Amino acid sequence: MFTYYLDLALRSLRRNKALTALMVLAIALGIGASMTTLTVLHVLSGDPLPGKSAQLYYPQVDPQDIKGMLPNKEPPDQVTLIDGLNLLHAGRADHQALMSGGSVPVQPEQSSLDPFYVEARYTTADFFAMFDAPFLYGHNWTDAEGEAKAREVVIAKSLNDKLFAGANSVGRTLRMAGTSFRVVGVLDSWQPNPHFYDLNTGSYAYGEQVFLPLQTMLELRLDRNGSTDCWGNGGGGVGSILPSDSCVWLQFWTQLDSPAKAAAYKEFLVHYSQDQKALGRFQRAPNVRLRSVMQWLDYQMVVPDDVRLQNGLAFGFLLVCLVNTVGLMLAKFMRRAAELGVRRALGASRRALFAQLLIESGVVGLVGGIGGLLLAMFGLWLVRQRPSDYAVLAHLDLSMLFTTFVLAVCATLLAGLLPAWRACQIAPALQLKSN
Amino acid sequence: MQIQPILAALRRHRLASILIALEIALACAVLCNACFLIVSRVQQTHVISGVDENALAAMKLTGYDPTKGVDLNARVLDGLAKLPGVQSVSVINQVPFGDHAGTAGITTDADGKHFGGVVDLYVGGPGSFKALGVQMVAGSVPQAADYQPIHQFVPDDSAVWVTRALAEHLWPGADPLGKEFWSDKLHFRVVGVLAHLARPYGGEGGPNTIEWSVFVPAQPGAQLAGMYLLRADPAQLPRVLRDARAAMATIAPDTVIDSKASQTIGSLRANYFRQDRVMAGILVGVIAALLLVTALGIVGLASFWVQQRRRQIGIRRALGASRGDILSYFQTENFLIVTFGIGLGMLLAFALNLLLMTHYELPRLPLYYLPVGALILWGLGQLAVLGPALRAAAVPPVVATRSV
Repeated sequence: MFTYYLDLALRSLRRNKALTALMVLAIALGIGASMTTLTVLHVLSGDPLPGKSAQLYYPQVDPQDIKGMLPNKEPPDQVTLIDGLNLLHAGRADHQALMSGGSVPVQPEQSSLDPFYVEARYTTADFFAMFDAPFLYGHNWTDAEGEAKAREVVIAKSLNDKLFAGANSVGRTLRMAGTSFRVVGVLDSWQPNPHFYDLNTGSYAYGEQVFLPLQTMLELRLDRNGSTDCWGNGGGGVGSILPSDSCVWLQFWTQLDSPAKAAAYKEFLVHYSQDQKALGRFQRAPNVRLRSVMQWLDYQMVVPDDVRLQNGLAFGFLLVCLVNTVGLMLAKFMRRAAELGVRRALGASRRALFAQLLIESGVVGLVGGIGGLLLAMFGLWLVRQRPSDYAVLAHLDLSMLFTTFVLAVCATLLAGLLPAWRACQIAPALQLKSN
Repeated sequence: MQIQPILAALRRHRLASILIALEIALACAVLCNACFLIVSRVQQTHVISGVDENALAAMKLTGYDPTKGVDLNARVLDGLAKLPGVQSVSVINQVPFGDHAGTAGITTDADGKHFGGVVDLYVGGPGSFKALGVQMVAGSVPQAADYQPIHQFVPDDSAVWVTRALAEHLWPGADPLGKEFWSDKLHFRVVGVLAHLARPYGGEGGPNTIEWSVFVPAQPGAQLAGMYLLRADPAQLPRVLRDARAAMATIAPDTVIDSKASQTIGSLRANYFRQDRVMAGILVGVIAALLLVTALGIVGLASFWVQQRRRQIGIRRALGASRGDILSYFQTENFLIVTFGIGLGMLLAFALNLLLMTHYELPRLPLYYLPVGALILWGLGQLAVLGPALRAAAVPPVVATRSV
């Protein structure tokens, strides 16, 4: 029966090419536009570390002075050096790392390469295990080496390709900011999107080339990037001068393997704040947060407003296209009133007619979906030509490909419901008589 | 033209008529709001920077030893001034549309009780004020004595120039000359008012704060080094900047040029607003596609109606109706449906605007967008229905006599 209806649908669609083309075009345009924006939104609001992000938490404490305190105000987005070190040394989480971003000049040994700047992450040793950063060669420095301010560095694959032609460079020397560092590890391609652990340096398509022990950076006073927020008499610190203890400029991440541990850690943060208040360092009542990665990205509103707006617009456009399709389909089905009347008179039930008409809409939806897919690919190509930092990420993945067809067919079936129902209401006798 | 029979006929095609009206209503809502978004985007790109954008370029150096800022300044100022075509070189901490380098919260009293907002401080060395080409409203240009040494970020006690917009915000209605403000221990006294000076990177507090800028004259030194303002004839500026960047290899080989920040103010501006221009382009695209789809929908349904009513049209023609009568029948019918749709669409447009206002800090949709949107849709409807209506008018009276 299905194949017969399919055959009927194709015949009917072929009979009136202009109207069919109009419907397919409307569906394709609507689907193309909404899939383009939906894909961008999907990519941008994606999980940076699938499978791992649920265990990662970002603790926030409030070390600010009493001035400007408002009830229910969020604590600062980062931590001070002293709080970061305290929390790090407390070691209450399964993994924890204190970090900040910066850039360092690399002075290659080869005279053919001019010195250049690379993005750097200054962090403690747990960073790599906690964020599942994959090593191509070697391994990270140990906690003890980090504390000893070791001149050791982990480099990214791209830098390894550039400086050491992709060879195993573990043990080689890398001169940065006038200091010799020993390469202890080379990371494989690794770039979480969004760049969740430090959103100040750019949210998307951003990756560090070198990873250095934080303590080494503190000693060498390497340049910092990112945001520094100070209060009271805190000085921001310019260039190599470190910010004071009334400035937040570091990120502290923890891995807590179970919700119970997370609850306990939050409890610990409250106790920590109370202790610090008792010591006179904190002035405010404990004001702590412990967000998971996705909650943190949500709170930071990482997805640009423009992207959401475009997505809304595209779905508005799809709605107009669908209403349009409803109208056209109504015209198409009603035009075949005579044919449907004959089928009814010959014994076809309303249900059978309804099924036949819906299959016809489904075919339109499928063809429109293919057109929409091509348009979405073109749309994503256009997005990639744009100057935003997330542009390079705009690619259609399998799940989105599937969504395209499901959306196209469902939307068209929905659009076909009303016209099909209307067409089934035709009294067969009237249609037979009028001819 | 009698409307009564048209309405009667429409009542027999209730569903299709409602669909077209609904489509028009949705189109009207999206059209009005998208146009409004485009206009607000374009307006944002028309920020008056207040400086001679065509004649200025920035040069930013990094990687030097921060304790040797004085030496670097001397070398760069001396070296760049010798380049042909350079009218002036001066030290400044930031330029419009560049990176922030002097954002500070200020208070209008020494105790820090009355918060005045977060402003941008343009800290400039000798020559920078003249080079910027800012327009003065009150006060006089900085004198040599105004350029004081910096101990922390800006001079401890400085005479400053504020924009008219900032003065109006801090001291509404009062004469700003001689007024004072503080940023923690740092003290500022207003000695001049500028017509316009946009802060480097838009206004974080919304479009109203875009001109909350202060010009602070200061002696270049370790705390004010590495960023230079070049002034040249607009026609020669790109070449001068190219030469200046090339010259850095000999003037200051110990530094790295920040390429992204070392550009003409014109290109910094273009980069800064690129995102807005792209968004405006996308919105124009959406509007065009929307109008196209709506028009195609009208064409499709109108063609169907014409075909369905061939006999009636033939009968009307046989009874003496002219081609013009048939044409105007379909045009009027479309006009009625579209008018109904527009009425509904205006309500939808306002609802959509309210939704956008809660999510995107948009102002209320100005009322004049509605009649403009209505006119566009009326025009669109009339144009779309013209083809089918002409085909209807071409139906010969003889059709009435045929049975099928």
